[in-house]
Amino acid sequence: MLLATAGPLDPATRSFLSPTGVEVVFLLVGLAVLGSAVITVTTKQLVHAALWLVVSLGGLAIEFLLLTAEFIAWVQVLIYLGSVVVLVLFGLMLTKAPIGRSPDADSGNRWVALGVALAAAGTLVTLVVDAFRTSWVDLGAGGGSTKVTGESLFRHWVLPFEALSVLLLAALVGAIVLSRTRDKRLPRPRAGKLRAGKPVGSNGPAARVTASTTPPQES
Amino acid sequence: MNLLDTLLRCVAALVVFLTFPLIIGQTEHKVMAHMQGRLGPMYAGGFHGWAQLVADGVKFAQKEDVVPAEADRRVFQLAPAVSLLPYLIVLLAIPVGPDGFVGQAVDAGLFFVLAVLGVGVIGKLMAGWASANKFSLLGGLRTAAQLMSYELPMVLAAASVAMAAGTISLPGILGAFHWWWVPWQLIGAFVFFTAGLAELQRPPFDMPVADSEIIFGAYTEYTGLRFAFFLLSEYAGILVVSALTAVLFLGGWHGPMPEHLGWLWTILKTFALAFVVIWIRVTYPRLREDQLMRFAWTCLIPLALLQLAITGVVKVAIS
Repeated sequence: MLLATAGPLDPATRSFLSPTGVEVVFLLVGLAVLGSAVITVTTKQLVHAALWLVVSLGGLAIEFLLLTAEFIAWVQVLIYLGSVVVLVLFGLMLTKAPIGRSPDADSGNRWVALGVALAAAGTLVTLVVDAFRTSWVDLGAGGGSTKVTGESLFRHWVLPFEALSVLLLAALVGAIVLSRTRDKRLPRPRAGKLRAGKPVGSNGPAARVTASTTPPQES
Repeated sequence: MNLLDTLLRCVAALVVFLTFPLIIGQTEHKVMAHMQGRLGPMYAGGFHGWAQLVADGVKFAQKEDVVPAEADRRVFQLAPAVSLLPYLIVLLAIPVGPDGFVGQAVDAGLFFVLAVLGVGVIGKLMAGWASANKFSLLGGLRTAAQLMSYELPMVLAAASVAMAAGTISLPGILGAFHWWWVPWQLIGAFVFFTAGLAELQRPPFDMPVADSEIIFGAYTEYTGLRFAFFLLSEYAGILVVSALTAVLFLGGWHGPMPEHLGWLWTILKTFALAFVVIWIRVTYPRLREDQLMRFAWTCLIPLALLQLAITGVVKVAIS
């Protein structure tokens, strides 16, 4: 998307030895993102992993900003930091979130996971390096503004966009199907209704309770 | 924009951030007191207790800063900052008057504001978890559930305004404003303001911090300055949500006066809405947790979708 918006590719080669300030910042933030991502998967403390994920995703938003893709940066913050991480933390707190190390937080799959991660990273890096080589993309201010992003999204890329939304819809329906209870005979608690007795303060149940607890006089 | 200009704007935003929440807090003391037939603070500072919050601040600063033994120290200490700073950053993007009277005009301002507001809640979750206290954890859980339910209607209501204006830059939205937007976006305004209240966990949506049930939820273990930061973030939140509602739905600087006095209108509308926030606190009892969730999903979201439909139909009709 950036490609379509950021102006023509400059075939002239430039020296990588005299970086601009933006490039230096980009690299530094990239290192921070990488570092926090590594800590996210290696830390033994579950909630710390989620919090390092916050740092990593926030760093990515800064990278988007440095690439002038302002709209995408804020969407990144809104969706990933504001919703996905909150969902992860919610899930952790609901199930198991001890303070300190959790010894069972390790998975036997870690070598497989490492292999998959390296393969994915290798593929992506090869692809990007091969596609661009030494060509230079000029990032003009406003190249990733809302207007430009919206135009390219809903003119050039509308089909992938809609396909993705269908995919998400399918996931949503699947989640609903999975979370439904299968046994219909179970009594389902009704939300929002007090199920035991009348509310405190009404005289009925209180009177009945006293009547039943006082021993009968004639027996 | 040169360095001095940038610095000046940042300092201005900081001053607003440090004073306006205190004014709102003091107003809350006095308004609540008078609505309940009492006087409120009367001694500190002499005239009607105007310095009460300053005295409170001094008191908080003197208290010992306690971290529970079982707590996760670093996360516990970091949480108030994470909770407070987003509101300071948001203030930079809220337009006060026409012709660039704004900290920094952000192109995707509406998204920026909503996104950064969402980050503040992570601070409350961190506080709830790191305190190693069951009441805090309960409060954190309720905070997360509440945020996830109310984020959606808030974004939908904001999207309605963006559709009406055809832009998501906050000054741009105000530039496109006409007076008949107020009745047109009335439902959206209600949804946005209510969802904003819920995100701030203000009464009647204060189940996550219900002091009489779970002892202030995530803040149970906090003392001194860190607790004061959480309180300050609540009042800064009132300021931000009121200002945003004023800008998005009530026309911000537009009003029957010369244009260069527009900033007065923004401030006036913001404080009127802040007064409503306080008024609601005194008026309504606390919603139960399930009522809270039901209100968001069965009431606010359908209303927000209705508002989107109305906006779309009217927009097509007039263009």
